[in-house]
Amino acid sequence: MGNYITFPELLIWLPMLAGILCFISKKEQSAKTIALIFSLIVLVISAVSLFYTDSKFATWNIVNYFYPNNIGNSFYVGLDGTGRLLTFLTALAFPVIFIATYKNNYKNAASFYGLMLLTQSGLMGVFCAMDALLFYFFWELALIPVYFLCSKWGGEKRIQATFKFFVYTFTGSLLMLIGIIYVYLHTPGRAFDDNTSSVHSFALNAFMNASLSASEQNWLFWLFFIAFAVKMPIFPFHTWQPDTYDQSPTSVTMVLSGVMVKMGLFGLIRWLIPIFPLATVKFSHIIIILSVIGIIYASFIAIVQDNLKKLVAYSSIAHIGLMCAAIFAMNQLSVQGVLLQMFNHGINIIGLWIVIELLEKQTGVKHISQLSGVANRAPVLTILLVIIALANIALPLTNAFTGEFLMLSGLYQFNVWYTVAAGLGIILAAVYTLNMIRNVFYGNTNSVVDTVNEISFNEKFILGFIVCLIFIIGIYPQPVIDLTKSAVTELITKIK
Amino acid sequence: MSNVLQIAWLIPILPLIGFIINGAGRNNLSKGVSGFIGSAVVFASFLLSIYVFIQVKNGHTDVLHYFNFINIESLKIAFDFKLDQLSSLFLLIITGVGFLIHVYSTSYMHEEPAKDFAKYFAFLNLFVFSMLLLVMGANYVIMFIGWEGVGLCSYLLIGYWFRNNDYTIAAKKAFIMNRIGDLGFLLAVFWLIAKVGTVSFDEVFSTVNLAKLTLTDKTGITLLLFIGATGKSAQIPLYTWLPDAMAGPTPVSALIHAATMVTAGIYMIARSNILYTMAPLTQGVIAIVGLATAVLAATIALKQNDIKKVLAYSTVSQLGIMFLGLGVGAYTGAVFHVMTHAFFKALLFLGAGSVIHAMSGEQDMRNMGGLKKHMNITHLTFLLGCLAIAGMPPFSGFFSKDEILAAAYANNPLLWGIGVITAMMTAFYMFRLYAMTFLGKFRGTHDQEHHLHESPFAMTFPLIILALLAVIGGWVGIPEVFMHGGHKLEAFLEPVFANTNEYVNAHHPHEHLSPSKEYILMGVSVAGALIALLYAWNKFSKYEKTELPSTGFAKLLENKWYVDEIYQSIIIQPLRSLSVFFNNVIEKKGIDGFVNGTGKAVNYGSRQLRWLQSGQVGAYVLLMVIGILVLFIIQLFL
Repeated sequence: MGNYITFPELLIWLPMLAGILCFISKKEQSAKTIALIFSLIVLVISAVSLFYTDSKFATWNIVNYFYPNNIGNSFYVGLDGTGRLLTFLTALAFPVIFIATYKNNYKNAASFYGLMLLTQSGLMGVFCAMDALLFYFFWELALIPVYFLCSKWGGEKRIQATFKFFVYTFTGSLLMLIGIIYVYLHTPGRAFDDNTSSVHSFALNAFMNASLSASEQNWLFWLFFIAFAVKMPIFPFHTWQPDTYDQSPTSVTMVLSGVMVKMGLFGLIRWLIPIFPLATVKFSHIIIILSVIGIIYASFIAIVQDNLKKLVAYSSIAHIGLMCAAIFAMNQLSVQGVLLQMFNHGINIIGLWIVIELLEKQTGVKHISQLSGVANRAPVLTILLVIIALANIALPLTNAFTGEFLMLSGLYQFNVWYTVAAGLGIILAAVYTLNMIRNVFYGNTNSVVDTVNEISFNEKFILGFIVCLIFIIGIYPQPVIDLTKSAVTELITKIK
Repeated sequence: MSNVLQIAWLIPILPLIGFIINGAGRNNLSKGVSGFIGSAVVFASFLLSIYVFIQVKNGHTDVLHYFNFINIESLKIAFDFKLDQLSSLFLLIITGVGFLIHVYSTSYMHEEPAKDFAKYFAFLNLFVFSMLLLVMGANYVIMFIGWEGVGLCSYLLIGYWFRNNDYTIAAKKAFIMNRIGDLGFLLAVFWLIAKVGTVSFDEVFSTVNLAKLTLTDKTGITLLLFIGATGKSAQIPLYTWLPDAMAGPTPVSALIHAATMVTAGIYMIARSNILYTMAPLTQGVIAIVGLATAVLAATIALKQNDIKKVLAYSTVSQLGIMFLGLGVGAYTGAVFHVMTHAFFKALLFLGAGSVIHAMSGEQDMRNMGGLKKHMNITHLTFLLGCLAIAGMPPFSGFFSKDEILAAAYANNPLLWGIGVITAMMTAFYMFRLYAMTFLGKFRGTHDQEHHLHESPFAMTFPLIILALLAVIGGWVGIPEVFMHGGHKLEAFLEPVFANTNEYVNAHHPHEHLSPSKEYILMGVSVAGALIALLYAWNKFSKYEKTELPSTGFAKLLENKWYVDEIYQSIIIQPLRSLSVFFNNVIEKKGIDGFVNGTGKAVNYGSRQLRWLQSGQVGAYVLLMVIGILVLFIIQLFL
């Protein structure tokens, strides 16, 4: 063990190293360059890791360092199908974000990029951690830089928004910490290689084998669930999100919506459900109902949003609601759909943000009612946006279709009526998305839009790249399915 | 044997390539080139379709496997194409009529800037691609890909002139109404997956799997699929998008109404015929909805003055007749009517386009009249189209419509009676249209009159071909009473409906109508239509413009029974209010109010607690003592 430098270690430490280098560099240009180069290296490593899934490469994918005489925690990280997919999404998202916002000049850029990379490191850790204490550490490592990023580089109302974000997520985190400690105290002991042992253990397998009665599971379940529900977010824990998305600098919003919301979903899959299978089954109806209410509720609100950023935020709440419902439907189709969709949602929503960022940068406004006829000035941007928007509403042959199809199909097998209600979200999504396209891009230009120019090469390149991904996964989703197949089966068997 | 059809993947791919070339090269291609590419790829697909059709006719039907779209332990969805009698027939209609519409468009759209011209052809190609995918798909999911694809393309083409707000609203409406139907389709697919674990046509319709479905399953699945069909094929209650879809360029209307899109619902039900046959309740619903749509749309068409609107409502009405056919089990008749309708409706729309072209964009028939003198070919071909749709023998519409009506009579004479009344209305409004446009004297402005001209060859050529088809296209389905073995189409499609026929014969065989009765039925419907035709001809060839607003029933019809207004006030407005309520009350005051309230309470609480940190040692000691006392007391009781 630990003879090799493993994939998870590289994925975690490289961004952290890059972040520290950024802080030291102090100069804007060098920080930018460091961030871009390191994020690309991480992307390559992550892409390579997708091909070493076989169990004979276990020593490359999993590592467990421990210290003598400890309390049962260790540096225990590994990659399984789900982890691989989400670390890849994280690795993909950051360079895309860095390239798309390459021309932005942030004041104090060294710390901006430093914090961004620390977030990446934290996210990687969350998706790799096999030890509860480590998981909690990375969970906070991913969050804390975001507080600073929002409060220092955000919009006018950033303090208020960050405060709300902080209160919500921090409350969630604390509840989870209490839960972790309680479960830890009920875990079996753990023997280490050097013949020492601990009374309890933080390892994931130990948590799964913790001796918890059904009634203990019932309340512990909620401690964890609320932490994850805030992060996703699930109705009614969602009101931090529109404000935070609106007020954060767009590149941070991309991280938040593209990758960070997956932390919540991932938490459900990796920790909550395997540890509390009894409670999961017991509460699945309540949670699915909350999720479905969230889908419809958020979609309706999205229809009347004038602020583009809030529109995307509510649309995302609706989409995440479906994913959460599908997780708790707990069958092969629905869970497979979620894993596929987690990746797709990340790509699509980052694409949407890039377009909104471009519009806001050029026109200075982000309100639908102030924009009109962008298609006249920037046809290429319009075409790319329309494709991404159609992917967002899950049109067939775009990536989101397969995901939503599988999720709804699985949910149908769980309960027909929930599916019917969730399906209304498909119609409502078309309403708000097409309204947005019509109002912003079609029609005649107004004075605000008259100054808009066609997008530049690297913007075309990055949006084009996203569009390609949308179609590739949309037409041939099988590789993603194959990557996560075994993770799905494993999860399902936990419940059955 | 499978190799002869393997090449069929090129049929949808060619238009897709056309889409990509025209889409990517729209800034560089000249109009001539993009028009040529757009038309050529569809023509190539048409040639391939002929090849496939011949192979199928020789008995080479097959399911072609390309790759696995989704492959999970509990669900396998393959990217397969099914080529049989039904799909090969539709391939011919789509690519054949589609090609003519492309050719026509090269001339009709000539005044558009080159960039938009290429965009237009790109969308047209994409439309054909989606429709081909829809009919070639060997399972419900591939079909659904095309199904939503045509919805998207109609959205793009209706909103082609995207600067016009009304047009983009119409485009949006089309997409959303279709999506409502699509949800029904999706739910049906989920139901199938849950019950039989497959979506492939061959597997679903196998005896084993059909046995797994209870009557409730079959009824539910077929009804949900039918909801999908009401969206795509413009039936009550989701038909209102189709008349608004006239916002698109006229050839697009021809494409939507004839070759693609609206026939999708008919195709889907014909494809699923065995499921429908086994679900009599659904069949009843389809027959009634179809007939009701046919009547409603026909009444609206009586009073419309926009030439394209009349045609649009006539499509809705004709589709209703096709659904009536499906509902009474006349699958061949419905498919037959799809085919003949594709010919004459494409002809009529393209003819109307030619008229609008000559009238410099004018669409109001009140300002037309007397065009007969100026536009020979358009006039003659249009007249043939009108005769075909009015069901005059021996034009194509007569055979297909009477086949459906005869089947309806066998099912229930009342259905037949209402069908005949609809046919009379059809003859009336079509000849009202014809007379107001081509007969009488010209009622437009001088400028318009000066400008009147016959359209160029690229536009009249498709009209001539389509007119020919509208005349003779019905002869592939001459009823048995006229000619033994005359119904070539029925014989050709027989394998597709074999299961259904077997099932019907085993369960409730209906007796054949006696020849004499069949003659009488035909006679009545033709006579009725003829009377309506002559009455309209007579009345509207002397039409004079009046400024008097209509009143009473006429006003009701002119305003399309106020269905749009009713939808607006009972569905759209309340939902919008609900959105506002959620946003302003629940979200801002409710949830956020609670969260902010908690924040404020914490703030307030900490301010109140501040006095504890007074800095006076005495106070601290006092508090400490109180605290210790409390602890002691608690311990005493525990």
